Amino acid sequence: MAPSPDAPPLLSLRGITKSFGAVQALRHVDLDIPAGQVTALVGDNGAGKSTLIKTISGIWAPTSGQIFWKGKEVHVHSPREASDLGIATVYQDLALCDNLDIVQNMYLGREETSRGVLDEIEMEIATRKTLSDLSVSTVKSVRQMVGSLSGGQRQAVAVARAVMRESELVILDEPTAALGVSQTAQVLELIKTLKSHGLGVLVISHNLSDVFAVADRLATMYLGTLVDSGPIANYDTASAVELITTGSSSRRPSAVPVSESMEG
Amino acid sequence: MSSDLITTTRTESGLAQGESPSFDLRQQLRRLWKGDSGLVPIIIGLVVLVVYFQSRSSNFISAQNLTNLMIQATVFVLLGMAEIWLLLLGEIDLSVGVTCALSGLVATILVDPQYHWSWFIAMPLAVITSMAISGIYAFFVIRLRLPSFIVTLAGYLAVQGVLIYFVDKQGTGGSVQVQEAVLYDLVGGNLTPLATWLFIFICIGLLAVMMMRSNERRLKHGLVASPRLMIAIKIVALVGVGFALVWVFNTNRSNFLVLTGMPFAIPIDVSLLALGTFILTKTRSGRYIYAIGGNSEAARRAGIAVNRYRLMAFLLTGFTVGIAGLLYTSRLGGISDGVDSTLTLYAVASAVIGGTSLFGGRGKMIHAVIGGIVIATIYNGMALLQMQPATQFIVTAAVLLAAVTIDSLARRGSTISR
Repeated sequence: MAPSPDAPPLLSLRGITKSFGAVQALRHVDLDIPAGQVTALVGDNGAGKSTLIKTISGIWAPTSGQIFWKGKEVHVHSPREASDLGIATVYQDLALCDNLDIVQNMYLGREETSRGVLDEIEMEIATRKTLSDLSVSTVKSVRQMVGSLSGGQRQAVAVARAVMRESELVILDEPTAALGVSQTAQVLELIKTLKSHGLGVLVISHNLSDVFAVADRLATMYLGTLVDSGPIANYDTASAVELITTGSSSRRPSAVPVSESMEG
Repeated sequence: MSSDLITTTRTESGLAQGESPSFDLRQQLRRLWKGDSGLVPIIIGLVVLVVYFQSRSSNFISAQNLTNLMIQATVFVLLGMAEIWLLLLGEIDLSVGVTCALSGLVATILVDPQYHWSWFIAMPLAVITSMAISGIYAFFVIRLRLPSFIVTLAGYLAVQGVLIYFVDKQGTGGSVQVQEAVLYDLVGGNLTPLATWLFIFICIGLLAVMMMRSNERRLKHGLVASPRLMIAIKIVALVGVGFALVWVFNTNRSNFLVLTGMPFAIPIDVSLLALGTFILTKTRSGRYIYAIGGNSEAARRAGIAVNRYRLMAFLLTGFTVGIAGLLYTSRLGGISDGVDSTLTLYAVASAVIGGTSLFGGRGKMIHAVIGGIVIATIYNGMALLQMQPATQFIVTAAVLLAAVTIDSLARRGSTISR
């Protein structure tokens, strides 16, 4: 599934800077997100994680810097353009309609029609297929109202909706916040499934045990700067915490060249 | 993993072949009781009312009285349907009663001998009047982001003022009479008995074909579907209702001359019910109205032009109110300057008694039909028993409260959160 080593990463950010007036929310962020791997983006509150994913998903444009999608420079001006490229973002509040069922939520805003009339059967079949591809087996019926689902199931529906349209990069904002233990396990399982399908996954999380459970790579932000990134094996919980809280680590387990993340 | 989903289907479609439908039947009953149609409690309530009135007055279930009841229900039903478009969005229109009277007045005045416009022009103009009023509300609610409750409350007062002005300007003693055959016949005229037969059974035939076709398509694609037996039972029940309606409408209702056939008002109601149900269940626009009512932020992020669909709902309300206005003036034989101020409240009550939520996102057009019939039944039955208006109001209040209470209890822990 993983692309050959010399293929360009799915997404590369180079020198991304974002200012809001005098405030620099992002300073020269360089980050590579490979396909078929889970990249965890960690950092304390206000470190710039949300600003970064909003830049990637087209909510706002960077003040300066370049974004490369599969090696080609792109300019993402709107969420629509991002999703047309294949970047799907699942925000923390999921944006689901509780009064609609799973199928209706999955297709909200892009319903299939045949001769002007909603094609419920087509949509229901595709929804079941997407959910089963993602190994989501806990929902009883795809015609269940989303309001009746558990937190993990809701997350699964939101992710399934995001990936249904041939997305190649899925960005998840705090997918396990506010979930119980077994629900969290379901969502982590789902993330692994996305990865095994060859998708790139970028997960924002506060929960380091979740991060170490699923991530292949770790990227740490501190006060708007990407202070470090690399394979997860280069870190342990203590060094990750140190990076998050101080922006540097005195105890990195092994010597990894800082340029590691720049090679794309 | 996914096999869970698939096995469920297999078993259920296996049942559908008629091996052992009992389990599924019970589930179906549960769904009827708790599910999103939620009509069972209110239909039981309606049956209780009918039995009570019939036991007190043997005239209640007679062709004449039932036809009368359905005519009484038409305005409640139409105004309830008008209200549902907005209730689904979590909005409300407190002026439907007077706006209905105003558009009725527009038609009545224009076809009056002194202006002598054709009904062909006057009726659309009446409907356009109420749509324009709804359009103004939409501007304040959508553009200026004011609460519809306040905007339409102001509208209620303003429209009432306009109404009184125009009625009094006619100088016909505080009311304007309908003096034109077509407008009068909307409620006063009837289909022929043969046309009544045809209308009822074509409707039922279409409904049956649609039910069977969609179910067969689901079966064919291996999706969860109702057992064929269930569909057959539904169709038999529909045919039974059809025969009952034919009996009601085609029995002579007059002691002096022959008066038979379905009043024109009924097909008008049915057409609007069909149109509204089609839009809400089969089109993107309808889906978006539910989505906006459920979570407008989610709808916006899904790329839905939220304001366009809100405007559409306002205009559909205006359209339905306009049609209701035509039937209103037709039934009363004219419009007076003292409009029944409870009409709007009955419109909201029709929708809510039927099961539509005031908070948006949940409701169906059929709810207004059931709710409107319940209100008309109370009205009609109480009048038949010669009860005081005071009692009528209190009983209607009790039914409204009971309907909302039962609905919320039945829904607690069901598949819908609200």
